[in-house]
Amino acid sequence: MTAAVRREPTFVGMPPFPEAAEAELANPVQRANLRAATHTIRAKRDAVVAELPDWELLRRAGEAIKDDVLARLPGLLEHLEAAVRAAGGVVHWARDAAEANAIVVDIVRAEGVDEVVKVKSMATEEIELNNALAEAGIHAWETDLAQLIVQLGDDLPSHIVVPAIHRNRAQIREIFVREMGRVGRPAPERLSDEPAALAAAARLHLREKFLRAKVAVSGANFAIADTGTVCVVESEGNGRMCLTLPETLITVLGVEKLLPTWGDLEVFLQLLPRSATGERMNPYTSMWTGITPGDGPREFHLILLDNGRSDVLSDPVGRQALRCIRCAACLNVCPVYERTGGHAYGSVYPGPIGAILTPQLRGIARHPVDAQTASLPFASSLCGACFDACPVRIDIPEVLVHLRAQVVDGGRGPHDRAEDAGMKTLRWMFEKPWRIGFAQHVAGVGAHFVRHGVIGRVPLPKRVSGPVGAWFADRDAPAPPAESFRSWYKRTEGGREL
Amino acid sequence: MRLALFITCFNDTLFPETGASVVRVLRRLGHEVEFPYDQVCCGQMHFNSGYRRDAVPLVRSFVEAFEGYDAVIVPSGSCTAMVREHSATVARTAGGTLPEGVARVAPKVYELSEFLVDVLGVTDVGAYFPHSVAYHPTCHSLRMLRVGDRPTRLLRAVRGLTLVDLPRAEECCGFGGTFAVKNAPTSAAMGDDKVSAVLESGAQVLCAGDNSCLTHIGGLVSRQHAGVRVLHLADILARTDALPDVPVYRPGLPGASDLVVGHAPGPEATR
Amino acid sequence: MERHEADREARTVVLDRLRAALDDRPKPPPVRRTYRRERPAGLDPVARFAARLADYDATVLRVHDTRDLLLGASDLLRRAGVTRLVVPRGNKMAWLNRLGAELVVDAPELSRDEIGAIDAVATGCALAVAETGTIVLDTGPDQGRRVLTLLPDYHLCVVRADQVVGTVPEAVARLDPRRPQTWISGPSATSDIELERVMGVHGPRTLHVLLIG
Repeated sequence: MTAAVRREPTFVGMPPFPEAAEAELANPVQRANLRAATHTIRAKRDAVVAELPDWELLRRAGEAIKDDVLARLPGLLEHLEAAVRAAGGVVHWARDAAEANAIVVDIVRAEGVDEVVKVKSMATEEIELNNALAEAGIHAWETDLAQLIVQLGDDLPSHIVVPAIHRNRAQIREIFVREMGRVGRPAPERLSDEPAALAAAARLHLREKFLRAKVAVSGANFAIADTGTVCVVESEGNGRMCLTLPETLITVLGVEKLLPTWGDLEVFLQLLPRSATGERMNPYTSMWTGITPGDGPREFHLILLDNGRSDVLSDPVGRQALRCIRCAACLNVCPVYERTGGHAYGSVYPGPIGAILTPQLRGIARHPVDAQTASLPFASSLCGACFDACPVRIDIPEVLVHLRAQVVDGGRGPHDRAEDAGMKTLRWMFEKPWRIGFAQHVAGVGAHFVRHGVIGRVPLPKRVSGPVGAWFADRDAPAPPAESFRSWYKRTEGGREL
Repeated sequence: MRLALFITCFNDTLFPETGASVVRVLRRLGHEVEFPYDQVCCGQMHFNSGYRRDAVPLVRSFVEAFEGYDAVIVPSGSCTAMVREHSATVARTAGGTLPEGVARVAPKVYELSEFLVDVLGVTDVGAYFPHSVAYHPTCHSLRMLRVGDRPTRLLRAVRGLTLVDLPRAEECCGFGGTFAVKNAPTSAAMGDDKVSAVLESGAQVLCAGDNSCLTHIGGLVSRQHAGVRVLHLADILARTDALPDVPVYRPGLPGASDLVVGHAPGPEATR
Repeated sequence: MERHEADREARTVVLDRLRAALDDRPKPPPVRRTYRRERPAGLDPVARFAARLADYDATVLRVHDTRDLLLGASDLLRRAGVTRLVVPRGNKMAWLNRLGAELVVDAPELSRDEIGAIDAVATGCALAVAETGTIVLDTGPDQGRRVLTLLPDYHLCVVRADQVVGTVPEAVARLDPRRPQTWISGPSATSDIELERVMGVHGPRTLHVLLIG
């Protein structure tokens, strides 16, 4: 392999959500792509969920099983560790990203190779494994189609399940034609932008990498504590290639991804596919327990990753975010995500779940955070569509509001002094009815003067900053009425003339 | 039955006519509603924006103002949701006797359509409104209170009213309280799509149970000179006459202000 | 070894952190398994299985006797242009020999390249799930190593009617977690481009199912 090992872009240095979102909103192609894609997946999900009369019971069972896992996490992890070891696997523990990456690099180096094939995995995205490998001179080949599109396009993922959701077929074709040849088999001559042709090009490009690879890296959807079984849910078969062909398999597992028993899969294998891709079942699910002589890898390493999860677990309200099974149903129904796309969230976890998970993983409950992190809990209109779609009933609006309080009340985010002052003033005014009455009177008198002028619209200066300016950038507002309800009620004795 | 009206700080200050409409509808149905003057605000804006401690005195004053009533009627889905679903959380942070107070008062708080349909058992309130109306189910009515078809049952019973379907009705309009100013461009983008849906519906009037969302949607409609009126459910149910045909969005009783605050009018407005 | 030391230290720290995080001793409510475990009686799971699998663009052919089986299987192979089939070492489906295609048995174990050079594979299955249109392979004798059903582009899977269970809970209850499993619901597919489902990326692009009985 002669190509230089490429570093990949990261989310480091992204501006706070409002700023990033404004830039993304200005991209009409992306907005159209996102709108089409999220509406498609929503309709599919709704249809297959409606087929199950016991969907709500499954959601409640999923919630309860995951809460049980979290309550017993240390003990269950020890069970898992013992079961995996008994089945011939090696178990590692990692406090943070750097430690997890170092373990992977060590294993790959011990195999004496300079490349790995990868199954799409949020955990390895989170720890930026590819860049750690690149620094060690090791190529990481992403093999999921969307992840390949992102990697070849020197781009960032924007969705948990469909990382290239922001790209359309024409853009993808362009990326394939331009980039495939630089890292392996080039795209076929005269490649069309038909999805089937693009998928076929990916098949050809990746096959030589699969057949050559000695080491694979994956994440996992579930790990069963009592049996040591690990489960990967996928569609394309790239997962099967990585989990079956190489001699060494390394799986990076967030510690929260446990299920207590094998039987618990009966709930999650119903919840996940329907929520994630709107299918009754995804095309391929692979499960393995340690090593099976004569079938699959000869070495299996499982890395148990904390990387902030114990911080999340320590918050009794926020810990429900650890129930997440990464289905992305909340992204697909989120009206904010639909407009801004995933990059605006400045994290591998975008959308509603990202808005509650990222700040907690970064330690918002324990110490002050940067402006970008502090902006995430506010990146929601609290419409609640995410909670309704969540297969494990994470009350995302509840956690958003809880984290907002940590930013404001706990002083965990950079302070907006003007907002503080405004909120305190309003509270002061709302504490005593006469205070709001007086304020309404003043506003009413002002409006009265204007109303008796010649204009029907109060022109505002073009440049007003702060919340007033933000409101009026795109919207008008009604002028305050001459009389508030309370003074009208008092004056007319409850509207006797009505 | 002793009834109280919780007008909400937003309606009190900006939409007094909606309160008058509630009084009018209930009186037409034979019920007097009191207005406890000690009421101010449910604390939602503070709570949802992270100023949880500042919400405590507001929740306390809410409990004090409405203690002793059999039912509290609120012309707002989101303020009702705040009282019923979240004031207990605020009260827990305060401790003392506040949690018990909330537990006594909160279950008696009803959003207007809930009160009319569930408590009074009425869907025909004797209104007349000869216009085509689309109903936007605001998020907190839809997903927190689960008011379901109560508002549309009330609207269908209004004489002369044609209820038309609002495409993608369940999508958030983008208001979201302080979200509307903290993330103004995103909020407006969501609102623009809502306005498109309203125009697609062909309705003359967009109706909802929350004036806050309607202010946002109406503000976009007004800026775009889209020519659709927005009206609170109460303001439709109160009407016994036709709507004067004026191209403004301000809801209200006949004679209510048509004044709009915004940037300089576009060419359409001066025609 | 250095790694070993670091691992042990990390293990202690992570477990300590997690225990400390649970200081409030959360008591989650009991798990209520009130969801459906079985399909309602009276509904034919085999027909449902066939219909659901067909939804995912797999070809399902239901046969009731040996003559139909041979005719049907030959027809499927002819349609797919298959002339050589790899079969697992423990294959007991003697009728496969009568289809006119060359059978290559995975004994002794074929190399990766050898398997990849054969364009088709025929296997049985451990069980099948009606509600989701899923076939489960658990490396039983008539299924063989996982790689056999991965590299060839065509998979002929034989399912007996008595192997079809109604629901996912029924399937999970019958399977042995110690065996590697592959759950297959239709041919390889992706929805990564504009969320439009496209068949065939890395796994077999054609899945034919012979449903017997």
